[in-house]
Amino acid sequence: MAKSQSASLDRKKLMGDPILVTTIVLLIVFLTIFILYPLAILLVDSFIGEGGLTLDVFRRIMGLPNFRKAITNTLKVGFVVGIASTLIGLLFAYVEEYVKLRTKFMGGLFKVVSMLPVVSPPFVLSLSMIMLFGKAGIITRFLLGIYDNSVYGFWGITIVQTLTFFPVCYMMLKGLLKNIDPSLEEAARDMGASRFKVFMTVTLPLILPGLGNAFLVTFIESIADFANPMIIGGSYDTLATTIYLQITGAYDKQGAAAMAVVLLTITLLMFVVQKYYLERKSTATLSGKASRERMLITDKSVTVPLTILCSALALFVILMYICVPFGALFKTWGYDFHLTFKWFGLVFTKYKGFKAFRDSFILSLIAAPITALLSMIISYLVVKRKFKGKGFIEAVSMLAMAVPGTVLGIGYIRGFSGGIFGSGILQGLYGTGVILVIVFVVRSLPTGTRSGISALRQIDKSIEESAYDMGADSFRVFVTVTLPLIKDSFLSGFVTSFVRSITAISAIILLVTPSYLLITVQINEFAEKGSYGIACAFATILIVITYGSVLLMNFVIKHFGTSRHVKVEE
Amino acid sequence: MAKEKKGVRLEHISKIYKDPKTGKNFYAVKDANLEIEPGSFVTLLGPSGCGKTTTLRMIAGFESPDEGEIYLGNEPINALTPNKRDTAMVFQSYALLPHYNIFDNVAYGLKLRKMDKAEIKKKVTDILGLVGLEGMENRMTNQLSGGQQQRVALARALVIEPGVLLFDEPLSNLDAKLRVSMRTEIRRIQQEAGITAIYVTHDQSEAMAISDKVIIMNKGLVEQISTPQDAYYYPNNRFVADFIGEANFLDATVEGQDMVNINGSKVKCATGSFAVGNKCSVVLRPEGASLSENGALKVKVAYSCFMGSYQDYHVKVGDTLVKIQDYNPKNSKIYKVGDEAYLNFAENTLYAL
Repeated sequence: MAKSQSASLDRKKLMGDPILVTTIVLLIVFLTIFILYPLAILLVDSFIGEGGLTLDVFRRIMGLPNFRKAITNTLKVGFVVGIASTLIGLLFAYVEEYVKLRTKFMGGLFKVVSMLPVVSPPFVLSLSMIMLFGKAGIITRFLLGIYDNSVYGFWGITIVQTLTFFPVCYMMLKGLLKNIDPSLEEAARDMGASRFKVFMTVTLPLILPGLGNAFLVTFIESIADFANPMIIGGSYDTLATTIYLQITGAYDKQGAAAMAVVLLTITLLMFVVQKYYLERKSTATLSGKASRERMLITDKSVTVPLTILCSALALFVILMYICVPFGALFKTWGYDFHLTFKWFGLVFTKYKGFKAFRDSFILSLIAAPITALLSMIISYLVVKRKFKGKGFIEAVSMLAMAVPGTVLGIGYIRGFSGGIFGSGILQGLYGTGVILVIVFVVRSLPTGTRSGISALRQIDKSIEESAYDMGADSFRVFVTVTLPLIKDSFLSGFVTSFVRSITAISAIILLVTPSYLLITVQINEFAEKGSYGIACAFATILIVITYGSVLLMNFVIKHFGTSRHVKVEE
Repeated sequence: MAKEKKGVRLEHISKIYKDPKTGKNFYAVKDANLEIEPGSFVTLLGPSGCGKTTTLRMIAGFESPDEGEIYLGNEPINALTPNKRDTAMVFQSYALLPHYNIFDNVAYGLKLRKMDKAEIKKKVTDILGLVGLEGMENRMTNQLSGGQQQRVALARALVIEPGVLLFDEPLSNLDAKLRVSMRTEIRRIQQEAGITAIYVTHDQSEAMAISDKVIIMNKGLVEQISTPQDAYYYPNNRFVADFIGEANFLDATVEGQDMVNINGSKVKCATGSFAVGNKCSVVLRPEGASLSENGALKVKVAYSCFMGSYQDYHVKVGDTLVKIQDYNPKNSKIYKVGDEAYLNFAENTLYAL
């Protein structure tokens, strides 16, 4: 019993669709060159010396006390941030799903918190942390009268990263809690369990894989984070910053490559566990839809403390964001609180702010539609078509999620500065805006693809089949049926990718050349120098741009989106 | 209406799937040989998992057969993609394009064929008239009832004048009453359009009502190809007898030409090719016998229930429980549980397997 005939017929049918075949081939080539190859070249760099295969490079970098320290530092931060973010995320999710919130104000707070990770540039919290709690910090110095508080180091990074990443956990866990059938908990209550007992014996075991999942996702984010440790780390180096310094400070490309391999190995391991074990498990236990509304907890002894705790945290985070525009408006932070537009003025006069915004804006605007379209095409192929190489496309585009920006940056430097394998092919890309756009695309591809895949899974497969059956080829099916049906997902992919690109720094900072000025790179530079006024002015404008784009997207989806008149079949 | 009625021929068609649990290959369809006449209405009938939908999807081109060749007219179509095949399918879930209105849904296939606007408009209007949806061109699909959506799906498939029309359980999402009226409607439209139709269903009464021929499948194998009448009166085997309508099976021995012995009594029964002395199973439909004070076969009543149009009995023939539906019970004696009675068989009702 062999399935050979159907396989060869399927192949023939596929070949009968030249646009489809071309697309698949181009995609595979793109993913190979711009995701797999740069990672492969890191391996080549770090394992192959003059005398062939060698471990010399690793022996050398492992001999560096700095590097060994960086590994433990990174893991320590990642672990603490992972746990703290998951717990705070769980608290928020639980309060939203289980506790009756009295006021609109609370609902508003939760909404803001869920928006933050989307619109926030990476290092904003580090900036405000320094401005609030640093040596000249408003809270430490003026409220508490502490003059020598140091926010730099382990705690600084940990707090800032936790506040940056917990909203992600909150959103993930909220989805899980929502899907728990309330009757499970009611049954336990009915049999005499206290609320705490129900939480410990029913709710918690059900979401345990989900908690693990949230922990690992934050863990990966934390150890891949470059911007925050850079600004607030001080002498506390993490892997991402060490790699950066190794290449920009010590000019040790081989060593940096080997360090990047170490970092990549850690994130990849985490990613594999998260993606192929926990993610499946966490959705498998909770596949059922809630049978009806959950009875929210109204008991004051529960609601009041939980509400206060959440509001305090949320307000604190919001305060930190508000601090940034003020940082740009005060004459000298910590000394002179007269309002001034001098920093904004300086940004646009002395520091070529206009060029920076234009470059960042244009490059991101070019990358956004490419990413959105590419991720929709990948989702379509993955969900709706069968062909060889489908697994490859899905795995590689998801793999990009586990690759820290710094690692990708080093990979691009090693992979393209001399052309592919040093042959000079594609060398022209290096140092141009094109490679920056490509990095933007690669960095945002996984998020877009993930949202595209989940949107497409909800569309009955026979809708596309019917169009195919009526005589449309794959290209037409995609353009006339698939794309219109996932318009919302496309739009949000567009904006997410735009926002991610314009706020990106980790990979970009290694690849940008003086001909391009990017906002994030500028912020980083001025924050490093301690020019917080300028850094804040740049950051404020950046936040306005990203927040504006998200508002615009929501407006467009609300008024022109598919969901308005199309009920997608479940 | 169709340019050319096309027949469909399946030669030694098999489809192999991998069982996701055991990882073993199995035949979803095995060695199916079908000849579907141009212009006829043929139903693939069988329980779920019998391979009927797989067969239909192979004809449409969504699945590729592992053995054998499919012909549309005289053209082998194995290697053609669905969009290149002269077939049109009506889906179980209707599969209307939710972002188009009714007109654009129906016009979709015509636009792909680069027809000019005026002609498209005329064809769409005509076909919407045929399915009884005139004037609804501008509605969106979610403004229609299930039955109306099904008509749009049918119109969309008909309008491109395919050689063969394929139906994948098109009525299973409708309520029982609408199902009955829609199947009459589908039959009328098929006859009017004079188009070849292949219809998949697990509902045997739907298949009987609508088809020129039924193809009964079980576990990937074709069990019988015949008219609905023949499938009912002359089933090829026990599975078909049991699946089409209700059937009782009585153990018997052939005593002579068209004569069998059931539980010691001689009864007239079509024995076909059975030789004298052979063991066989006699198929008895519930409506094929009635109870009275004297007759061919002595039985004991084990269950008796008034159902309105008939009296429902379970009676014991030896150790075998037999279901009998005695119509017009008002005019005959009603037996109670425990009563003894005799079975009387109507003419030409018993059939030996």
